[in-house]
Formats: sequence, C-alpha cells, structure tokens
Amino acid sequence: MTKSYLSIRDLNASIHRGPPLLRGVSLDVAQGEVRCLVGESGAGKSMIGKAVLGILPRAVVVTGGEIWLDGENLLAMPPAKRRKTIGAKAAMIPQDPLTALNPSHRVGPQITDRLVDILGWTRADADARAVELLGEVHIPEAERVLKMYPHELSGGMRQRILIASAFAAEPKLIIADEPTTALDVTVQKQILRLIAEMQRRHGTALLFVTHDLGVVSKVGNHLTVLFAGKVVEDASMREFFASPVHPYSRSLLAATPKYTDPTGSLNPVPQAVIDETMAEVAAYDREHGHG
Amino acid sequence: MLDGRSQVKRRIGARLWLSGGWLALLVLLAIFAPFLAPKDPLAQDLFTSRLPPFWEKGAEAGYWLGSDSLGRDVLSRIIYGSRVALSVALVAGLLTCLIGSALGLIAGYFRGWADLLISRLIDIWMAFPPVLFSILLIAVLGTGLESIIIAIVVIDWTRFARVVRAEAMTQGAMDYVDSARVAGSTRLRTMLTEILPNVLPTIGALLTLEMGIAVIVEAILSFVNLSLSTDYPTWGGMIAEGRISVHQAWWVLVFPLVALFLTVLSFSQLGEGLKDRFDPVLR
Repeated sequence: MTKSYLSIRDLNASIHRGPPLLRGVSLDVAQGEVRCLVGESGAGKSMIGKAVLGILPRAVVVTGGEIWLDGENLLAMPPAKRRKTIGAKAAMIPQDPLTALNPSHRVGPQITDRLVDILGWTRADADARAVELLGEVHIPEAERVLKMYPHELSGGMRQRILIASAFAAEPKLIIADEPTTALDVTVQKQILRLIAEMQRRHGTALLFVTHDLGVVSKVGNHLTVLFAGKVVEDASMREFFASPVHPYSRSLLAATPKYTDPTGSLNPVPQAVIDETMAEVAAYDREHGHG
Repeated sequence: MLDGRSQVKRRIGARLWLSGGWLALLVLLAIFAPFLAPKDPLAQDLFTSRLPPFWEKGAEAGYWLGSDSLGRDVLSRIIYGSRVALSVALVAGLLTCLIGSALGLIAGYFRGWADLLISRLIDIWMAFPPVLFSILLIAVLGTGLESIIIAIVVIDWTRFARVVRAEAMTQGAMDYVDSARVAGSTRLRTMLTEILPNVLPTIGALLTLEMGIAVIVEAILSFVNLSLSTDYPTWGGMIAEGRISVHQAWWVLVFPLVALFLTVLSFSQLGEGLKDRFDPVLR
C-alpha cells in the first residue's frame, strides 16, 4: 500500500457529557485512493469527516485519538494552524447542494474569493482557474454561469459547481459527505461519475461517505463499515464484495436490493446480527471505561 | 439546467412608490424648511388665532392648513416638525440597528458564552416596561433631542438583537458556513462575509420599522412634554396642544396626526417593499 495521506488513529468522540459517538475509529486513505465509509444513519460516518475537517458541531467533543494529515497530527495543532493546514490540504463536497452555496453571493466569487483572500492567489489567476474548473465539471458557458446567483441554477448544476470549488486549490484530500443523497436519481449517476473522473484526473485522496452500498461498488478502492461509531470491517473493495468477514457486513450486503432479481424479497439485517454487533460495542465500552 | 424562477421580474410596486415618495417629500421639506415654510413657525399673532384651513369659511390667505390658538401657522409648524421627526428616525434608527444587530449577530453565530451573556441581557431588558423606562431615562438625562435618541437606542436594541440572533443561528447551520470554515476562513470573516449578507434583508426591514417606531416614540415623549422645549414645533407637541382645543379647531390636532400616521406607515411599507424586492428568498 502507498503512504497514507489521511490516517485516523483510535479516534474517540462523544456528545458533551453524553454518550460516545465514535469508538476508537482508525482508518487510512492513501494518496490517490478512494475509501468509502458506509454505515446506517447515526453510525457516525459524517462525524468522522467533520472531525477531520474541524467542523464538528459544538456539542460534540473529540475525547482521544489522532488525525494525521500529510504527516501532521491535526489534533495536536493550535486551532489557527489547524485551520490553515486543513484549508490548504483538504476540501469537502457537501451533502446538500441547495444550502452549500451562499445565496447572497454570485457563484464565481464563491469559488475564487477563498483562493484570493486565504491562499493569496492573484485575482486574475483565480478567475482563470474558475473558468478552467467549470470546464472540467462539464458546465458550458462558464463565464456566464460564474456571474449567476445560486438560485438561478438547478441542484445538479450547483453540485457540479461545488465539486469544482472543492478541487479549486488542488487539495490532496477531499471528503465527500453523501454528495448524491439530495439529488435526483438520474442526476446522481452523472455526479458520481464526475466525482470519480475528477478524483482520477487530480490524483486526490477521497473519503467518500455514503449509506448506499450500490454507490460504493462504483467508486471505491477500499471500504470501511461503521456500526454505532465503531469500525466493524476494513477491507479492499474486491475482498468485501467477495467475502465480507463481519456478520454485520455480510447481512448489510445481503440486504442490498439487486437489479438482477427485482421480484426477490428484501432481506433486512437480522435482529440477531444487530444484537451481536451491539454486544461487541458494549464490550468495547466496558473495556474503555464508558458508561 | 437553469431555474425558471430566476426569470421572474420583480416590479417596483405602488407600495414602494407611495411610501418612498412620501418619505422623499418629507426629507426635502425638512432640508429646505426655511424656504418652503410659508410662515415663521414660532411667530404668534393673536389676531389670526384658530384660522380654519383654506377650504373652510373664514380662512385667510397664506394659512393653508389654518393656525393654532396662538396664531401660529399649522403647515409651517408641520414642515419644521419634520426636521425633528426625521433626525430622530435616522439617528436613533441607525444607532439602534447598529448596536442591536452587532450583538444579535455575535450571539447567533458565535453562540457559547457570548450568546449566554447577550441572551440573558435581552431577557432582563425586555422585562422593563418600555414607556416607564424611557420616561425614567429622560428624567435622568434631561430633556432634549440627544436624550430622546439615547432613550430609544437603549430601549429598542433588543428588537434587533433578538431577530438577528435567530436569523444568524439559522444561517449558521447552513452548509455554506462549513464550506467557508473548511476553506480556512476565520470565524470573524465567516460571520461578516457569509452570515451578514444573508441577514441584511431582515436588518433592513427592521431598520425601517424602527425608524417608524422612533418617530412615534418622539411624538409620545413630546406629547407628555418630555421632548424639546414646547416652543419648538414637534408633531407630538402639536398633537398635545391641538387636543385641548379640538372642539374649536380640529385642524390643529388632525394635520400633525395625519403627517405622523403617513410617515410611520411609509417607513413600515418601505421596509416590506424593499424586502420583497431584494431578499434572495428564491434560494
């Protein structure tokens, strides 16, 4: 395996004076690799991404562990330096394109202002970069679109712009938090393909958060399955789809509806498997002295 | 690919024209009062007391809206009164807006102890009865234009702080704020460049509303004789004087009242109209 660009070690987080949310999470994303992070709602998938990017909700506190980005431990840095490091090396593709662009600003400045004000580019360079990027995400008439307000564009267009914006400063790591969930099914596929295309072209490490195993098989190299904030499986994509190790992952895979068998019955994850996995989590908690 | 809603043209409605027109007229009257007022607003003449407005019997040329019991020209006094009304509206409105919005923005975006402090302050502030509070303040500060302005600012900042705080909280939860933070924007920069522009339409609407309120408060304080000296024409003072002689000379009461009513209404309508036109609600 190539060198990890992002390396999370034994990350613990909990709600302030409340229950744990992440239980000793470790995962790696190598340069140019795509790692998918799957799990049910509430498993803590998004929290991992937010912890890396330093945008955890106020009520959530990291209680232990390390987050290494390009050889530097983010959690050991003073906040101002962490902010700079993240800004220069990482970016995100948000979940909801409708709220991820500021309605009060034109599209262009939302891509370029950060390059100019924070990373010190010249205005001309930034503007040229924005036009180039819009071309890369297949938006025609870039100059015109850059002068528009977000409300003048459709959801799919906005997500394309957000993807362009994420790649603007050539970050080495991008965290995509369910980037297709808020979109139409028909648009989902295009956006997915676009993210994969951009990732390959720029050789970016990508952490792809999703609850959709169907999506996973299309984009990832590696996969992490999360249950109740605990990693239950960490495998390469081929290994996972061939023979998942953990019973929970096996049931999860079996639960995915298949196009080849449209009339087949749905197989929810059996209660016994959930109970078993919960018991593992409880055992972890006892071992580490949580409630 | 494009959103059709963006093609809708938003017209300047009658509401915006009428309210803006009245306020523009008022501003002109206030600025050029010495040239536009037909008479000296302070000149008393007992021979011409209680003259009716021009369309009634017994009216005298030059006294378009009649005269009061001391023979002072009502129209001239209304024109000069607009100076007080507008300066209070402008200065008190802007100051209240500035202080209240800043505190609301900080509380709503930064949250934490700043929010705790400011929110408790608002709660405590709002427990005071405002009229009593203002009379108390004037009693301490002494009468005069500055005192009125200070009283309005001190009492009404909570109006902005509360609404702006709530709005900033809503905006603060949006994904674009996270995007800005990830890109390396400091919290202060995020507040000013990401949150503030989206709260601005609300602040604008509140500002015009507050200007209307300031005009009313000034009138109330004049009415109870806590504003300027009774000699200087203020709409509130005129209403107070007109009230005494309403059965003999209704015009002394009614015309300043109409001016006051139109002005306050125009401020609130202007705010609504501007919000309709410029709010990027088509999100």
